[in-house]
Amino acid sequence: MKLSSKDLLGIKDLSKDEIMLVLDTASGFKDVLRRDIKKVPALRGKTAVNLFFEPSTRTKTSFELAEKRLSLDVVNFAVTTSSVVKGESIIDTALNVQALGAEFMVIRHPSSGVPHLVSTHIHASVINAGDGINEHPTQALLDAFTMKEKTGRLEGLIVAIVGDVLHSRVAKSDCYLLTKFGAEVRLIGPPTLVPLEMQSVGVRVFHDMEEGLRDTDVVMMLRIQMERQGRGFFPSTLEYARYWGLTTERLSMAKKDAIVMHPGPMNRGVEIVSEIADSPRSVILEQVTNGLAVRMAVLYLLAGMKE
Amino acid sequence: MNLLIKNGHIIDPSQGIDGKGDLVIENNRIKEISLAQKGRRNAEGKLSWLQGFRTIDASGLHVLPGLIDIHTHMREPGFEYKETIKTGTMAAVKGGFTSVCTMPNTNPVNDNSSVTDFIIRKAIQEGECTVYPIGAITKGQRGEELAEMGIMYAEGCVAFSDDGRPVMSSLVMRRALEYSRAFNVPIISHCEDLNLSEGGVMNEGLLSVTLGLRGVPPEAEEAMVGRDIALAGLAKGRLHIAHVSTAGSVRLIREAKARGIQVTAETCPHYFSITEKEVEGYNTNAKVNPPLRRQEDVDALKEGLKDGTIDVIATDHAPHHRDEKLREFDQAPSGISGIETAIGISLRLVEHGVLTLAQLVEKMAKNPAVILGLDKGSLKPGADADITILDLNKEYGVDPGKFVSKGKNTPFEGWMLKGMPVITICKGRVHE
Repeated sequence: MKLSSKDLLGIKDLSKDEIMLVLDTASGFKDVLRRDIKKVPALRGKTAVNLFFEPSTRTKTSFELAEKRLSLDVVNFAVTTSSVVKGESIIDTALNVQALGAEFMVIRHPSSGVPHLVSTHIHASVINAGDGINEHPTQALLDAFTMKEKTGRLEGLIVAIVGDVLHSRVAKSDCYLLTKFGAEVRLIGPPTLVPLEMQSVGVRVFHDMEEGLRDTDVVMMLRIQMERQGRGFFPSTLEYARYWGLTTERLSMAKKDAIVMHPGPMNRGVEIVSEIADSPRSVILEQVTNGLAVRMAVLYLLAGMKE
Repeated sequence: MNLLIKNGHIIDPSQGIDGKGDLVIENNRIKEISLAQKGRRNAEGKLSWLQGFRTIDASGLHVLPGLIDIHTHMREPGFEYKETIKTGTMAAVKGGFTSVCTMPNTNPVNDNSSVTDFIIRKAIQEGECTVYPIGAITKGQRGEELAEMGIMYAEGCVAFSDDGRPVMSSLVMRRALEYSRAFNVPIISHCEDLNLSEGGVMNEGLLSVTLGLRGVPPEAEEAMVGRDIALAGLAKGRLHIAHVSTAGSVRLIREAKARGIQVTAETCPHYFSITEKEVEGYNTNAKVNPPLRRQEDVDALKEGLKDGTIDVIATDHAPHHRDEKLREFDQAPSGISGIETAIGISLRLVEHGVLTLAQLVEKMAKNPAVILGLDKGSLKPGADADITILDLNKEYGVDPGKFVSKGKNTPFEGWMLKGMPVITICKGRVHE
């Protein structure tokens, strides 16, 4: 089986079978990552360019390592020193990168839809590494991989996603993926940050955290972006933490073996207390490791798609 | 120019004319209309002095007062790469318009009489049709101090608007609605609460969440429609509401009219024809301000057109350069190049029984003239020979590559339309 598109733009466009293919392929790569020699020659001679128009440490590092593990030649396009600041259009930038011989373009951009725009103008594979407040598909794939690995399933799983859903591309991609597999998704947060419209994609919305966490298998905490404070979404991080921060007492509402996830970076003491972040129930660092395997799988499958 | 247009179906709501007949133009003015009646000969037979007049056979065609677009952006001065008075008026004429009103958001802003004078002179030199400037309400469209409305009025401005940059201060808006009474000109309001719409690039709802685009709720428009209606009542001024896009606005305007507030309103072809769905795929040609809304809004706008709540169909012709639209959705400018498709799309209202052809002519010729106090929009004897001749049976596809306008930005590409202006006559000058 192959993927149906040359690009990975979002979870919305993927079928269940395609998602399973990525997850199964990622398992194979996870085995590779446990070896002494972690590099495979799968994509030797091909080139990947990472175009990050927004600051990113972990996603960029994860993609870069995934590319190197597959023996790709890797170039990081540093936006602050590039022609973008000189006023070059995004399409011209992409065409120039393609002219240098890139087969893969990994794009992160603050405007939603940029990977879609670029993909229609170039024949290289575009991988969305997060666009605006739209999607972050590889994060959702690694989240699903981690949930499946830890709980053995996705169907019927009860997953709470807590925090700034409105501005979270991770939450959106997670919702699309999990609802495709018949998981029950609950979005929890203040009414200013949880759009009721999401209910029509089949998720439930809660503003009372204790109620929302009841009997959940997975608790996914989202980072509260400090810049939202003072913009009217909530009065203070202190008050936010009091109502929507994950504490040991609140976590006791979830199932006894529930796992805790976070896409990072964490604000300890705001959305999550250290006792939980550092506890055995936290799979946060495993998410990071799995991200590498999932991104290798995506690159590998997209390369196969073009052959 | 002396001209005889014969055997056409003449529609002129200003005189209640709707029937076959001949139209005589002498010295670029309407001389007379003679309607065909049983047992009576037409103008050509009756009047021997018509010998030597150029004759246009309008058999099978409809002859209307020239269309007036109350809301366009000719972009000159300052944005000549988007459109010029020359290309914009050429596009207008192709679209059946004989007069256009151009908004003041040029560079420099039309907030003083020198810019007004420039536009009028340029239009006389290069324009293919009549151009009426709309002046800014406030200096620099900053919403703070009133611009010199009286001097601009004397120079030729026919209305005042800070289009695209709503006057957020209720006090300034009150003063504008009061002061403009001295000249009996309308204040045209782009209704948008900028605090509520901040950062928004499409209609707010499930689709904006799904696309990850920031939304502008319908309430951002309605809150200001409500405010401006209240202020028009307080100030006893004349308020014209630009590009109405929501069902809630239609309700507010309907109720205000019933209470006797001096309010008129326009909508545009895109608001009563297409919905936010056009944005899917991050189509920047469907990015417009106010944004395209939902089907229930489209339905309400048609109802408002039908019952007279909405007086005018305007184009809000907003040409942009291809490179500006070919970019990130949230960074691309808002606007649709609409002046060449407006009549074709509006005729669908007639085909679908929303309006009669005479009602459509009211909304695209007579009412704009009445609202602005122009001696236009009518075929009565003595009026300028501004005439639009339509072939209602002509079918064609919308091809932006063939637009005369510099702006090719349309969400209607590939639409099949029926009904096209075949001849547009501006002050006696025939464009075929």
